[in-house]
This record gives sequence, structure tokens and C-alpha cells, in this order.
Amino acid sequence: MIKFLFHRFDKTAAYFIAALAVLGVLIPILNLALPEASTFHIPTYLVSLWGKYLAYALLALALDLVWGYCGILSLGHGAFFALGGYAMGMYLMRQIGSRGVYADPILPDFMVFLNWKELPITWYFFDHFVYAIAMVILVPSLLALIFGWFAFRSRVTGVYLSIITQSLTYALLLAFFRNDMGFGGNNGLTDFKDILGFSIQAPTTRAILFSITALMLALGFIVARAMVASRFGQVLASIRDAESRTRFLGYRVENYKLMVFVVSAAMAGIAGALYVPQVGIINPSEFAPANSIEAVIWVAVGGRGTLIGAAIGAVLVNFAKTWLTGTFPDFWLYGLGALFIGVTLFLPKGIIGTLTARFNSGGKGDTA
Amino acid sequence: MLRTLRIILGLAIALISSAVQLVWADDASIVLTRLATENYSEIEAGVTALAASAIPSAEAVLNALADSRLSYRLSDKAIFFKDTSGKWIDAATNAAPSEQPTGLKPVKVNNRVRRALDAAIGSMTLLSADPKKRIAAADAVFKSRDVNTLSALDSVIAKETDAIVKQHFEEARAAVLILKPDAPEAERVAAADRLGQRGDQDALALLSSVTNANATANVIAAGSLAAKSISRRLALLSAAQNAWYGLSLGSVLLLAAIGLAITFGVMGIINMAHGEMVMLGAYTTFVVQEIIRAKAPSLFDWSLPIAIPLAFFVSALVGLVIERMIIRYLYGRPLETLLATWGVSLMLQQAVRSAFGANNREVGAPSYMAGVWDLNGFQITYGRLWIILFSLTVFLALLGVMRGTSLGLRMRAVIQNRRMAAAMGIRTPVVDALTFALGSGVAGIAGVALSQIDNVSPNLGQSYIIDSFLVVVFGGVGNLWGTLLGALSLGLANKFLEPIAGAVLGKIILLAVIILFIQRRPRGLFALKGRAVEQ
Repeated sequence: MIKFLFHRFDKTAAYFIAALAVLGVLIPILNLALPEASTFHIPTYLVSLWGKYLAYALLALALDLVWGYCGILSLGHGAFFALGGYAMGMYLMRQIGSRGVYADPILPDFMVFLNWKELPITWYFFDHFVYAIAMVILVPSLLALIFGWFAFRSRVTGVYLSIITQSLTYALLLAFFRNDMGFGGNNGLTDFKDILGFSIQAPTTRAILFSITALMLALGFIVARAMVASRFGQVLASIRDAESRTRFLGYRVENYKLMVFVVSAAMAGIAGALYVPQVGIINPSEFAPANSIEAVIWVAVGGRGTLIGAAIGAVLVNFAKTWLTGTFPDFWLYGLGALFIGVTLFLPKGIIGTLTARFNSGGKGDTA
Repeated sequence: MLRTLRIILGLAIALISSAVQLVWADDASIVLTRLATENYSEIEAGVTALAASAIPSAEAVLNALADSRLSYRLSDKAIFFKDTSGKWIDAATNAAPSEQPTGLKPVKVNNRVRRALDAAIGSMTLLSADPKKRIAAADAVFKSRDVNTLSALDSVIAKETDAIVKQHFEEARAAVLILKPDAPEAERVAAADRLGQRGDQDALALLSSVTNANATANVIAAGSLAAKSISRRLALLSAAQNAWYGLSLGSVLLLAAIGLAITFGVMGIINMAHGEMVMLGAYTTFVVQEIIRAKAPSLFDWSLPIAIPLAFFVSALVGLVIERMIIRYLYGRPLETLLATWGVSLMLQQAVRSAFGANNREVGAPSYMAGVWDLNGFQITYGRLWIILFSLTVFLALLGVMRGTSLGLRMRAVIQNRRMAAAMGIRTPVVDALTFALGSGVAGIAGVALSQIDNVSPNLGQSYIIDSFLVVVFGGVGNLWGTLLGALSLGLANKFLEPIAGAVLGKIILLAVIILFIQRRPRGLFALKGRAVEQ
């Protein structure tokens, strides 16, 4: 198993894992061990911010797996991300217990506010961490399984698939806005207190959450890498490049697609679950189609079909977003728009893709 | 002699007329004084007496009382009211007093007085010269069901010549009679019939208040019969109304999607900035209206006809620029096109936000688009009617362009087989550019219409883009008739689901159904056949 995971593991991949390991250890140390006056001290809010970037990176990784290696451009991956986030959010909500505004030991505040008497069945067992984590993985996977089974079996491909994945997340957006869905409606879930008994505001918890996110990103990378480097991954690439031909060679194309789609959805769900405790809120706007499309551009910037590129792209774009919305709020959308256009026109392979091509051809420029 | 006579006659006339005026003023002040009190029952009686009197200022006084503009002078109980411009008027003379009245106390009303007031004002305007006011008065009586108005109603019904006004009078009379326990049974049964013919929600509510306590068996039977016929009619009406709303929503979807049907159908490119072309059209309308408001307010009704070609031009131009600068490098890479046009849409949104602000801008409706056409309870708003007609016109015009012009011929050739068309000497890049401009221009026109029913904000396009794509994909790519059918069926399905499942849930169900439908028939209702399919 271990051998399979590190099959054809090259230098770049090793560097990436090493970098993540250093990041995952160094940032918490710089945050916790150094006094606040020190120049190298990293404030807690930055730890959470970078934790958020890494959660996004995991989402981008999941997206790259389906788009970069199998040609499925999902414009609805934000839905899987948000579902994972909601599962985690529901666990955190139930941990609040009687410390809520209405001090109800079982019901979350918004249910008391809506005058509900009983916990809806969807919220059962969410006070158990293990159950919640299982749901983080199961719910997005199940949705992907059902949706993908219908879509791939009837050979919905290309832009059509993109459009219906977008409608999927749009439908979920509308559904989660409803109060009677029982997921907090417009306001979503927030005001979390603690996770596994540790205060969610404490710097130590935040630092550990960051380390776990880095770890999960590394794990996700290893799994994704193992998938694409295997025979399975070669079939995926051939589906991407010539779907009909692969089918005629005797491969059950829809099964391969379904498999990778479900794994990717589960990864997106985990990313969402890591995102929620660090950001402190989950609400229906995470389902907005625009979010899912934004995730696609992270992948495109870094380089589709490179995995590392997707992760780096997510961090870079989000770093730029934080910086630009802080300093020139009006320019962020121009910048993002220009990024979409510029990358597709001038950098179709993304940053990592272009660099790799240069490197491989001995610095003679990219070969398209 | 003659001269003396003339003087005497003149004097006599002057004397008589002033005497009449004096008597009249005296009589008026007696009635009016009844209002100058704190006692509500006295005020109520005064209101009824005033309505029955022939005092010229009566209507103004009653209206003033209803709006709390009426006061009386504590010293002599003279009544004054403020007219709408805030000037004091002496009720007795119906003119401005010589000096500003002082020591005034407002006349107060309670609910009983207010009811009496409504009835009084209603019965007074029953005699108005304006048929619209008479109808309004009849409707006021219908609501108040004041027994005191019965005699007035009887007399005006006998005199009325206008059939519609008469019908309203009779309905008002029926409304009074049906709940009047001491009215003859035959009249009450007739009243139930009459109300059944009226057939609206108000009549139904009225009929359901006919009970054992206040009516005989015959009246109740007639009442429930009439109520049943009304319920049936109302159910039919609400179905028709839903169909109308569905048609109207469908036409909006058609407008939003039709430009996309062209660009998507011909070039197979997903233009995510399509919604922003619609938005640009809406903002063009806004700018046109602003200029007209500032320079030539009299032309306001022409603002939409002026805006239509301008919106087409603006959006088509932007579309052309986008095609030449971005999309033409991305042909054959639909997913990349999708991303690049999404980028364009973000930039256009931000550009509009910077130029016009993030808030909704006000786009006014010309006079012919305001108002409702009431077809016996079936309400057609003119705005919606125009939009349906407009979207059908745009559809037919586009169909004409596709069928009848040389550009249309070339476009269809490119749709059917791009490479073959190129081999026949059609310059496909030119066709692509023109097609994209045409599709964008049509989106701009849609924006003019949508500015009338939706908020004109930078996010306008975003709210239509997903629906538009669904319409196009549902109807079948590359087929205008499919788009028409797709838009109308989605519109109708949406409006019929709404009452059953609620607006949001209905929409979710519809999305789920479409997602399933696309999986059953990935190429939509009207799929293209032949080589065009696998591209």
C-alpha cells in the first residue's frame, strides 16, 4: 500500500511534501513559541488565514484531479466543499450546547429562534466527532456518486456537464437559503465555541488546525498523485484526450469517471471541513456558482494537470485576493477577470505547467 | 322710469340672493356645528346629516375630517379645515376666512365615526359626474355595506344610464341587502345571485357571512349556490392567471436566452458574459432615460423605442470587441472560452459598478406600460403584455434574419458543418464575429425589456445566466424553436409549481428536473442530427 502510494514519486513531489511539512511545523512554532514582540512572530489571525489558503489548496487539488486528469470541468465543486463544511459546522454547533444565547442544551440557537421543539433527524448524532467526520466524507461522495452516475452513464460531457454541475450548486444554494431546511438559512452556522473540547479561539487550537490542514493537503496530494500515476490514471488521461477512443478500446469510461469524481468530491468535502473551524462560519453563499468558478481559475493559474500547480495557484490567487481587497477593493474584480482572460489566452498550461515545459526542453521556451 | 325700475329690480335681486345666502349659511352652520364636539355619536350623526344636506363644502369637510384636517373654534363652534395646500378654509362659507382663525381644536374620530365617514363620502360621490368616481363610490358602499345608503342607491340605480356603473351600483345594493335581516326574502335571494355573478373574492367573503343567524333557508341556499359558482370561477381564474404569469416569465427567459441560443448554437461557445450584455442593455436604457429627463422630458414615453437600437448597438459593439480580442483565439476550446468569458463578465460588472455605483438604478416605465387591464377579474398588466409581445417580435425577427438573409444562410451553413461551409467559400471567422455581435446585441435588447421588470444593478446579468443556459440546453442547441419552447415550458412549469411548492422549492424542483432531463436527453428537446452532433 505504502509502496503504491509513493509509486513513481519524483523529486518535485518530494519537494512539495517537504515544503508542506516545514510549513506545517514552522508556522505554528513561530506563532506559539516566539514572544509577540519578536520580528519573526506570526500573529494568530495569519495562521488561520494561511490555514484557509491551504484548505482552498486542497479544494483546488480535488478539482485538478477531475479537470486536469479526466477533462471533467466541474463548476459545482464548491457544493461538495460546502457540504463538507456544513457537516463540520453541524458538529461544532452541537458542541455549543447550553452556552448558546437561548441556552438550550440540545437545539442550536436558530432552531429555538424558529420555535422548533425537536432536533430534525438530519442533526442526529452530529454531537459525535467520528460520525461528523464520516458525514464530511460520505455526504459529498454520495451526492457525487448519484449525480455522476446519472451524468456519466448518459454521456453528458464537456460544457453540458459544466452547466449542469453549475445548476446543481445553484439549486443547493437556493435550498440552503431556506429556513425550513434546518441548516440555519441565510445566516448559516456560526458562533462556534470549541472542537473536541478545545476552545476554537485559542491560538494553540488554531495552530494545530493549521498543521492538520497542511497534513491533509499533503495526504490528499499523495493520494491524488498515486491515482494519476497508476494505470488507472493513464486511463483517466486517455479519457480526457479521446473519450470515444478509450471507450472503443473496451474501457468502461463512465466507471472511471465516476470513481475519480467521487474521490474528488470527498477531498473537496474534507477541505470544507477544515475550512469551517478556521474561518468560524459556514453559510449558503459558499454554494454560489461564482465560488466554484473561482476555484477553477486557481487550478488554471497554477497549471491544470499538475496537482502541485493547483495547490500553489489556490494559495497565490487567494493571497492576491486578500491583499487586493484590502488595499484596492475596486480592483479585485478587474484583477480576477484579467487573470481568467490572461491565463486562458497566454498561459494555458499555468505557472507550473509552463515552468516544467521550459525546464524539460532545456530553457528553450515552452512547446505548446 | 325704466331706469328706476332697473335699479329697484337690481336691488331686489341682490337682496333676495343675499337672503338666500344668509339662510343657507345659517342652515349650514347648524349642521356643521354638530361636528364641533367631543362626543363621537354626535359627530357620527353630524356626518350623516352633512352627507344628506346640500351644503357645497360638505364633501370637502368630510374628506378633511377623514384626513384629520378638520378643527372647530372653541368660542363659537365654527368649523374650519385646512385645504390640501395647508390653508385654512371656513366651512360655512367655503372660502378662506378674513383673518387667521385662532383658538382651534381638532375634531377627532374613532372607528365608528370613520365607518360613517366612509359611507357618507361613498354615498355623496354616488352622484358624481365622473363615472370612475361613481364606480369608486359604489365599491366603497360594497365594502361598508351601510344600510343608510340603500335609499340613495335605489334612486341612483333608477337614474343611471351607464351600464357598467349601474352594474357596480346593483352589486353594492346586493351587498347591503344580503346582510339586511329585515329585507324581503326574494330580494335577498336575488342579491345572492347578483353577488354570484360578480364572482370575486370579496363577493365570496360576503356570501360566506350569510348564516342561520341572519338569514332564512332559501337565502342560505341561494348564497351557498352562488358561493360555489364563485369558487369554481376563482379556481379557473387562478389557473388562467398562473398560465399568464408563466407565459410572462417564459417570455422573459426567452428574451434572456435567445441571444445565447445564437452564440452557443452557431459557435458552440459558452459565453458567460452573456448576462452582462443584458446588463449593458439595461444600463443603456437608464442612460437614455437620464438624458431624456434632463434635456427633453416630453420625449419620456419614447425612451424605450430610442433605447432599443442603442442597446443593440452598445452590446453588439462590446460583443464584437470581445470576440476579436479574446474568443477568436479560443475556438475549439470551449472550456477555456467559458473561463475567459467569465473573466470578461467580472470585469464588465466591476466597470459598471465603478461607473454607475453598486446600487440599483431607477428606470422608469413609460405611460403605456403602466396600469392594469382588468378582464373581469383576470388581470393583465400592460408592462407584462408589452414584454410578451416584444419578446415574440424579437424572436420572429431573429427567425427572419436566420431564414431570410444572406448572413442567416451563412450562419446556418456554419452550424450544420463548419468545415464544409469553409470549403464552400464562407469566411467562417467573419460569420463567427458577426454572429457573436448579433447574439450580444439581442442580449442588449433583452436588457431594455428586463430593465422594466427587474432591478438595474451590476448583478442583473448574473441572475439570468444560469436560467438562460438551462433554457438553451433544454430546448436543444442550435435551434431557435427549441429555445422558444424551452423558455415557455420552463416559465409555465415554474409558475404552476410555485403555488404548490413555494417559489424557492419550486425552482429547486425545476432545476432537479432539468438536470435529470439533460441526462436523459443530453442534446435537449430538439437535438441537431448528423455530423454537427459530435464536435
